[in-house]
Amino acid sequence: MQIENPLLEEALRAIEKSLDEVTLEALRVEYTGKKGRITEKLKKLGSLPPEERRQEGEVINLMKKRVFAAISARKEVLVAEAIKIQLDAERIDVTLPGRGKAQGGLHPISLTIERISSIFLSAGYEVAEGPEIEDEYHNFEALNIPQHHPARAMHDTFYLSSGEVLRTHTSPVQIRVMENAAPPLKIICPGRVYRCDSDLTHTPMFHQVEGLLIDEQANFASLKGTIEDFLHSYFEKELPVRFRPSYFPFTEPSAEVDMACANCSGKGCRICSNSGWLEIMGCGMVHPKVLEMSGIDTNRFNGFAFGMGVERLAMLRYGVGDLRTYFENDLRFLSQFVG
Amino acid sequence: MIFSINWLREWVDPELAMADFVELLTMAGLEVDGVSKVAGGFTNVVVGSVESVSPHPSADKLKLCLVSDGKERYQVVCGAPNVSVGVKVPFAKPGAFLALDKEKSVEIKLANLRGVDSSGMLCSGEELGIGDDSSGLLVLPESYETGSDLHEAMELDDLSVDLDLTPNRGDCLSIRGLAREVGALTRKAPKSPIGEQNLPLTCDDVVKVEISDGDACPLYMGRVIRGIDSNRKTPMWIKEKLRRCGLRSIDPIVDVTNYVLLELGQPLHAFDFDKLGNSVHVRKAFSDESLVLLDGKELKLNEETLVIANDDEALAIAGVMGGLSTAVDDKTSNVFLECAFFSPLAIAGKARAYGLHTDASHRYERGVDYKLQTLALERATGLLQSIVGGNIGPVTITQKDLPVECEINLSFLNVERLLGVKIGQDEIVSILSRLGMPPLKLTDDSITVTSPSYRFDLEIEADLIEEIARVYGYNSLPKTPTFNSQRFVTNPEASLTDTRIKGHLAARGFHEVINYSFIDPALSRLFAPEETTLHLKNPISEEMSSMRTSLMPGLLMTLKYNMNRQRERVQLFESGMVFKQTANGIAQSSVIAGVVAGPRNPKSWTNGKELFDFFDLKGHVESLIGLTGNVEEFEFLPQSHGSLHEGQCAGVLRSNDVIGFLGRVDPRLARELDIPPSTFLFELTLSEFRSGNLTKVSVLSKFPEVNRDLSIVVAEDVSAAAIIGCLSEQAKELLVDVAIVDLYRSKEIGEGEKSIAISLTLQHHSRTLDDEEVSVILSKCINELELRFKAKLRH
Repeated sequence: MQIENPLLEEALRAIEKSLDEVTLEALRVEYTGKKGRITEKLKKLGSLPPEERRQEGEVINLMKKRVFAAISARKEVLVAEAIKIQLDAERIDVTLPGRGKAQGGLHPISLTIERISSIFLSAGYEVAEGPEIEDEYHNFEALNIPQHHPARAMHDTFYLSSGEVLRTHTSPVQIRVMENAAPPLKIICPGRVYRCDSDLTHTPMFHQVEGLLIDEQANFASLKGTIEDFLHSYFEKELPVRFRPSYFPFTEPSAEVDMACANCSGKGCRICSNSGWLEIMGCGMVHPKVLEMSGIDTNRFNGFAFGMGVERLAMLRYGVGDLRTYFENDLRFLSQFVG
Repeated sequence: MIFSINWLREWVDPELAMADFVELLTMAGLEVDGVSKVAGGFTNVVVGSVESVSPHPSADKLKLCLVSDGKERYQVVCGAPNVSVGVKVPFAKPGAFLALDKEKSVEIKLANLRGVDSSGMLCSGEELGIGDDSSGLLVLPESYETGSDLHEAMELDDLSVDLDLTPNRGDCLSIRGLAREVGALTRKAPKSPIGEQNLPLTCDDVVKVEISDGDACPLYMGRVIRGIDSNRKTPMWIKEKLRRCGLRSIDPIVDVTNYVLLELGQPLHAFDFDKLGNSVHVRKAFSDESLVLLDGKELKLNEETLVIANDDEALAIAGVMGGLSTAVDDKTSNVFLECAFFSPLAIAGKARAYGLHTDASHRYERGVDYKLQTLALERATGLLQSIVGGNIGPVTITQKDLPVECEINLSFLNVERLLGVKIGQDEIVSILSRLGMPPLKLTDDSITVTSPSYRFDLEIEADLIEEIARVYGYNSLPKTPTFNSQRFVTNPEASLTDTRIKGHLAARGFHEVINYSFIDPALSRLFAPEETTLHLKNPISEEMSSMRTSLMPGLLMTLKYNMNRQRERVQLFESGMVFKQTANGIAQSSVIAGVVAGPRNPKSWTNGKELFDFFDLKGHVESLIGLTGNVEEFEFLPQSHGSLHEGQCAGVLRSNDVIGFLGRVDPRLARELDIPPSTFLFELTLSEFRSGNLTKVSVLSKFPEVNRDLSIVVAEDVSAAAIIGCLSEQAKELLVDVAIVDLYRSKEIGEGEKSIAISLTLQHHSRTLDDEEVSVILSKCINELELRFKAKLRH
């Protein structure tokens, strides 16, 4: 229905011209509020004859609807404009650095121990720890290194005046576990160890992760499989691995493990002294004397053990050139390791 | 051990290319550390014969020599002092190349030296890379054919191989032992080039030997050789072999003993018979006995040391080193040659205890073949007589109980059990036989063998299995996948791993450091009393000799190290063990510690330049405590700590036990160490953070919270903890949260007073709190605060 009414047109014009929501609200009140000019017309309907009353009523309601529609349409436009203005006004330089950015990080040795541990934990090993000041029994005798054995010369040992030693390897932890727990056992022992040696390639303190598995099924073949799987997992690369006969008083047979140089893939480079191989860890079947001394039944159980130098693995993985860097704790070095 | 490959080839020739030979040894457990040439690179150097020597017309130190290469004569100008007519010397002909230094080789050209033409050059050993003697020409044996190529004449196509032998393989510390091993690996029986020694005895002298410690010295042999000619020189072939095995030529007697040491692995010692006398005692040293060694060093001997003595005094440390008083010298004409078997246990560690390490002790410690002495003594006598002559006396043998060869039984099943693969019986028998262990008894299930007298490392079955695996080849053995047995590990959910704790600090901006566990005693004394500190007996250096009692000194030194490198903002932590001497022995415990210094925030447009303060650090510590889920067990109390500022130090308590400290560094310590005074430290017992609480959810109240703020003025010495404690007591379980939201001081408030604003959140678990109830609670709180702390309410 077309309506031509000056009041409606005046209202629509005013709405169209309004510039903000406050004006718009005032217009709503002026025309359609309780005392609005259009509302007033409704109040006068009663004075009209009944036949006109109906028709006039419809017209007034229609006018109200038209005014409401116009207000709501205008409101949408105004809100959109206002938001546009707000957005423009609130524009910032998002390239400025954020707040509270101080970033810490773990030492590469910790990261490496954590990575090695998590690989073994995923295979069901448990972490065992022990004291760093050890007695000679746990550090040597129980590992089949009697007093005066030439192998003791391999371990330049720090002694305390009281006769204790700073552990030269984390193997005593394995002894302590064997003494206190019943096989089968699957443990790794990460930790600090000490040797009285300091030069370009030795620091008097370093870190090892050693592992021990005691099981009815343990044999040299499963040791080889375990070591190779671990190395592939650690380096995320299936590099060739070889086992060389070696000597540790606490294992028999003993092996030194070489891995094809990750840097040159075995072609020979400075890192592997052109041999193509990197000496990476030692391992072997636990010597029966060691098992017996710690109360393991050697007729039923065999064991294998392995050990690796954490500094060396970290060097190979992160490209650390100088061993001493680890313990200088220069923030320019440390801050390269995040997480 | 360094050995010459040509020498080994005289015993057994593996017929392998050098690279394959190195691989063979390395993969059999005899690790090759390096291979080097036995001479420098040179060409066109021949054996030259000096036919005449005349003075140089214009230079006193130079001589004109006529040198023959067998075909022609050359005039050569030479400055060497030992050039003389008739000698044969290396002659670099014109056009020869010498590698005078590592970088480049030099061509020898026709030259004019002070007005005289010189065609070529006579060479010293050093100039040819044959030894390091540069004092004169390398004098060659007369038997060398003039004009022959020096490489061929001296057999310089040889290599020195450096083996890094493990301590169990003392049997490979000789050419003979290596030949045995290589023979076993390559299935070739080695041949001894030592002929039958038929030495006629032409002297009656004997030395009476008395052994008082038969366990330490089961066998002592010796003989006198009289009337040797000490002017004779060691022949080139012996000198060269010694040199190629890393030993220097000294004199014929020492050279011969060294030669036999290298060839057979048997240490020998020659005494000057005239200085020794007629009797020898092998005994332990007396207390307060001393000995001057060959090298002039005087030792105070301990009673554990086995010595060789005459009737008067100790003359040598058995199996380690001889003494000066009976040493052979250039006037010696009669010698007593000793060849003994000392048991490894008697020698092990002895040399090291005196800071000595000799070729003899190295071998005796690892075990010398106890059946070798007769052969070695005869061999040495023969060689010695061929050089210096002399009359040979009879061998005296003094023998106690020699080691007993042990029989080892090997079950074939155990080979499979340990290696995870079945190796054929024939193969096992073959490997053991090649290693000198033919079957003593052989059944379908097992083999019994006798360990050879040179293998001190073979005692039990596992030793034999290793030998089989080694010769079979470790890399030919199978590998099986990692264990499959499934077993779940139960990790208590509430426990915190060190990784989680450390990761938490890293996420809060701390860098982890690792410091040495031993520190400078002078530094240590600033942190802990002397009596609780443990010291190393044999530190690397004095500065690394005290075991740390705290991580603080190391952290502060690391802080300083980094500040000296322009890091102005430092936030570090370390976890590790600390060590203390206590009344009950040595205490070792894991602690975690941190340090912060410098601006609170990194340099940025968003940040001010305020420095870290106590509450930055406390926030970190509270956050660590938060990890445990046991917050209510912990509290902070003002306490004192020797290294921390007395007004800014808190003890951290868990269930009333002190488990650590945090605070500002003591200003005196900061001065002493030259670090910023606003440095803050914490140190906590790590184990207290490893156990946490498993979350037990509490029911959420559906009723609204009521927030009320209180603002009070109290004296400075009223602690926040006391105020909060008082509020908690009054509001009881209705108080669900309380926070200090403002703290300030001003002139209006007054000297010694502070204003604290506290926000209280109250809530009932089963109904809505009405205003009146809240007012009552607040009044109780205010009254109590007034009563206890003379608090004044601010409006």
